[in-house]
Amino acid sequence: MIRSFDEINEKIRSGKVAVVTAEEVVAMVKEQGVKAACEKVDVVTCATFGAMCSSGAFMNFGHADPPIRMAKIWLNDVPASGGLAAVDTYLGATEPSDKKGIAYGGAHVIEDLIAGKKVRLHAESGTTDCYPRASVDTVVTLDDLNQAYLFNPRNCYQNYSVATNGSDRTIHTYMGTLLPHFANMTYSTSGELSPLLKDPKLRTIGIGTRIFLGGASGYVAWQGTQCVQEHTHYEDGEDYNGATLALIGDMKKMNARYVRGATMQGYGVTIYLGVGIPIPVLDEDLMYDLSRPNEELYTTLKDYSVGRRSRPALARYNYAQLRSGSVEYQGRRVKTAPMSSLAMAREIALLLKKAIADGEFTLQQPIEMFPNTPFKPMAIREE
Amino acid sequence: MKTIKVTLHFPASKSTRPVTSYLIRDYNLVFNILQARIDMGMEGTLTMELTGDETDLARGLAFLKGEGIGVQEIARSIIWDGEKCTSCGACTAVCGSGALAMDERDELSFDPDRCVVCERCIAACPMAVLRLNR
Repeated sequence: MIRSFDEINEKIRSGKVAVVTAEEVVAMVKEQGVKAACEKVDVVTCATFGAMCSSGAFMNFGHADPPIRMAKIWLNDVPASGGLAAVDTYLGATEPSDKKGIAYGGAHVIEDLIAGKKVRLHAESGTTDCYPRASVDTVVTLDDLNQAYLFNPRNCYQNYSVATNGSDRTIHTYMGTLLPHFANMTYSTSGELSPLLKDPKLRTIGIGTRIFLGGASGYVAWQGTQCVQEHTHYEDGEDYNGATLALIGDMKKMNARYVRGATMQGYGVTIYLGVGIPIPVLDEDLMYDLSRPNEELYTTLKDYSVGRRSRPALARYNYAQLRSGSVEYQGRRVKTAPMSSLAMAREIALLLKKAIADGEFTLQQPIEMFPNTPFKPMAIREE
Repeated sequence: MKTIKVTLHFPASKSTRPVTSYLIRDYNLVFNILQARIDMGMEGTLTMELTGDETDLARGLAFLKGEGIGVQEIARSIIWDGEKCTSCGACTAVCGSGALAMDERDELSFDPDRCVVCERCIAACPMAVLRLNR
């Protein structure tokens, strides 16, 4: 080991830490090699800003007088869970509005709260001796809430497929609008900036890792749902793709610039989140992984018009090809478009770099690493 | 000289007429095809820029109408709210004209001159930062 978490944190506190972004380290290693870069750099910051449907917010509203045990809850007409204690709720990001449908949903409520806007709360309930009130109507802001934190079961996909459409009609997907006859392709991963592609074996990321989430510092809370640590072997290297993270962070400290409600036409509501992860350069093996450029990071093409659980992989492209704006498929050039903002990912990687260099953000060594569990499909059975 | 954008609607019976050749030869117009969805014997549309002096433009459009071709001048435009845009790029997936594109800094750029107002970007934008100016 070249350096430990403790040694890096000591350098952060004393203002002597050397920190670069995942894009900067690629250029540095190209010039100087892994060994020299490893000796110089302590931390590499990675980031992504994209759609992360499996997200939501826990909130506590405090008690009205007389109090209510809120059984049915709406925030700006978006239903939230009444399945917790009296004035607690969980609002899922993808929940659509009862009145506006998918044009406004849980993600938009979360963005509005973080932006400091007023949100209408309506709740109904049966009455009990403990909670005699049957309904409540009020207006709340983030400041009024006792606690408000994002708890996102699945964020930060390691590597996502490229989507295309081989059918003869336009389809609307969570990967955007896909035109017929393979006329376009969309991709979402931030390539050489993508956190889980830069520490592909999750050597430094586990429960407790401190991260940037939505403009504030947050934590990795657990392994993400559907997380699977697997890789596919190719002649030119390994493709990593299945890891995900469950993230937690305080909404009261977040910035709406990095938490955006979104609507995917014909699909539903989602939330765009900014996530940044600092990766400590523990040794040369890790520096090698951190230095992988877009040209060496690959993903596979899937036909989203195939309405089945497993879609065949049609082709394999690297992120340099995808970012060029077009790739070749079946002998012709096909337009490629990103679905996640590389400009915002770069901004977050730079923000995190500055916070670390300024001594404001120290690294947290994982308290526990993730188990490597398989990803099981759903069985449809009678009993 | 004046430049206008028009969408021509060809009924099936007119889709083989070489009308654009007449616009050049008889009406001194210069054209630039922006979008074409037309097959022989089937109805289709042709969106193009026409440049010429005002009289020639008016005569040219009257000629097209006389040929039974629907002429729709594009007066609408797409409004892009660059402040709210996150530059995710989702709109570029459906922009056939190249008006919406990622620049060298991976930020979205919008060139209204290239836009043919097909309106597909409006629905494709997850953040609703593109809208129609009627």
